[in-house]
Amino acid sequence: MKILVCITHVPDTTSKIRFTDNNTKLDKAGVQFIIGPYDDYALARAVEIKEQTGGSLTVLNVGEAETDPTLRKALAIGADEAIRINSFPKDSLFVAKQIAHYAKEGGYDLILMGRESIDFNGGMVHGMVGELLGIPSISPVMKLEIDDNIGKLARELEGGKEFLEVKLPFIAGCQEPIAEWKIPNMRGIMSARTKSLQVVEPVVDEVFSEVVEYQLPPAKGAVKLIDKDNVEELVRLLKGEAKVL
Amino acid sequence: MSILVYIEQAEGDIKKSSLEAISYAKALSEKEGGKVTAVALGTISSNALAKAGSAGAEKVLHVADERLSAGIIQAHAHVVASAFEQEGANTLILAKSSLGDAIAARLAIKLNAGLVSNVVELPDLTSGYKVKRSIYTGKAFAETNILTENKILAVKKNAVDLKTDGEEASVEPFEVNLPESDFAAKITSTDKAAGDILLPEADIVVSGGRGLKGPENWPILEDLAKALGAAIGCSKPVSDLGWRPHHEHVGQTGIKVSPSLYIAVGISGAIQHLAGVNASKVIVVINKDPEAPFFKAADYGIVGDAFEILPKLTEAIKVIKE
Ligand SMILES: Cc1cc2nc3c(=O)[nH]c(=O)nc-3n(C[C@H](O)[C@H](O)[C@H](O)COP(=O)(O)OP(=O)(O)OC[C@H]3O[C@@H](n4cnc5c(N)ncnc54)[C@H](O)[C@@H]3O)c2cc1C
Ligand SMILES: Nc1ncnc2c1ncn2[C@@H]1O[C@H](COP(=O)(O)O)[C@@H](O)[C@H]1O
Repeated sequence: MKILVCITHVPDTTSKIRFTDNNTKLDKAGVQFIIGPYDDYALARAVEIKEQTGGSLTVLNVGEAETDPTLRKALAIGADEAIRINSFPKDSLFVAKQIAHYAKEGGYDLILMGRESIDFNGGMVHGMVGELLGIPSISPVMKLEIDDNIGKLARELEGGKEFLEVKLPFIAGCQEPIAEWKIPNMRGIMSARTKSLQVVEPVVDEVFSEVVEYQLPPAKGAVKLIDKDNVEELVRLLKGEAKVL
Repeated sequence: MSILVYIEQAEGDIKKSSLEAISYAKALSEKEGGKVTAVALGTISSNALAKAGSAGAEKVLHVADERLSAGIIQAHAHVVASAFEQEGANTLILAKSSLGDAIAARLAIKLNAGLVSNVVELPDLTSGYKVKRSIYTGKAFAETNILTENKILAVKKNAVDLKTDGEEASVEPFEVNLPESDFAAKITSTDKAAGDILLPEADIVVSGGRGLKGPENWPILEDLAKALGAAIGCSKPVSDLGWRPHHEHVGQTGIKVSPSLYIAVGISGAIQHLAGVNASKVIVVINKDPEAPFFKAADYGIVGDAFEILPKLTEAIKVIKE
């Protein structure tokens, strides 16, 4: 089986977000970058599936050279080869078009992505790639088994889940508890150095949208503390002052 | 020109988030002109369809195909694309949700439409088509220009107020021939907590963390939620430990909520938890540790033992609700 996992290169979840250049760029000073947490679940499940079925596991990122260490980390976790489509990821359509083009050429049986990226949180790229390739795309997927050429999935719904069966090839946007995050071991890190990381140029230059300006939310005022023996005061404030009851 | 709204249903009723999406479309039409048409799929009661009118729709296209009561992504996207073309629409509005996202993404390609997700306000039309969306899990916003003629906006909860005084909408049957390939992903069963208030839809959310010590202590939180008409959430360790189901997990790697009121009980306020709740209008924190980071993100706080405070708070709420 040929598996493709698409990963993002995003600020660590504890990062403080700031902008520079007149609020048009992320300020990367002091920010540590990681594989998107949802993409990390997708990768972990892909490694397990590959162990069961054999075949190959490719990781892909649309990004500039700064993302190479993130791709290397994915190789250390268990991917066989990495592809970087060499461009700033301009918007979700732009990214989806690159992935779809590459995925079509590669003839993958299974494409795993994260439920959403944690920078732009669109949750859109998998559905777009699914439409571009004319195959089903299911998200958010919390359980995935491959049985012969049928995928058996659990998809989270607001307030529950649904179980689905779908023939390969398809795309899944993954989230926990699909697998446990994997931490690369020494052997993985050593072998990652010699695995192939191929850089290819983007095929289309098409966007839907452009960011004009980034903004930070207004700072919160100080918390109003209420005595624990006077909960009625809290209720009064929520009703009278905050007007939320 | 017209604005189309994709409606999600649950057990034959229109979801509240979809009604909000209709109200968003109505407010948009007041800005840029055009009429608001909603498209509803599957078995839906006529009472429920009438709510679309109250929320601001002039017309409802109803595809009464029973198979579509379930959220079959490709089939739904196909129907909405046909409705969009028939109506000569140029904008599609839908509520941000797991199904809404999947439909919106496919439609962006089908309709060659610029798509912006997590929209928090009405667009600014003074120069171009500028939409404000939440990014970095609520840690920031991006003002984004949509460059295409057709547009899709996936709207977050509380972007506009829900309208309830709209005129009656005309309901028209709508038919689309759906190929078998639209049903390639087969839903074999569903497992849904019936009757609960859905977390992403709720106006008030009451959330419990590891400070509640164990699943056996959830009833005191449930009592408070019941008194408030609130949905219940939890922190990630709580769902990881299996105390509560995964779909209640709030935060960076869980559900992102934007209710009017979020009450956090026994949750420390780690940055990954805050990421999922900082779009709430008002945050109340109850924690026995005065140094808990959550107090920095809160509007109101009580320092003290949840086991003492919760029952008292529930009683005080009941008093004002009477
Ligand atoms: C990549 C990543 C993603 C993550 N995503 C999420 C996420 O989406 N959501 C999330 O929640 N976490 C997430 N986390 C975990 C997060 O970092 C915290 O570990 C977690 O939020 C802590 O949960 P908690 O506050 O319930 O538990 P704790 O940190 O153990 O806090 C318990 C709190 O309860 C208080 N307390 C104890 N007893 C009482 C009492 N009797 N009365 C009142 N208060 C009491 C304590 O003072 C303490 O503040 C993520 C972590 C990582 C690394
Ligand atoms: N630049 C990118 N390179 C590779 N994969 C991506 C990229 N952006 C998004 N994806 C994939 O698409 C998923 C959904 O992203 P998004 O639509 O941005 O929330 C992510 O979890 C990734 O798996």
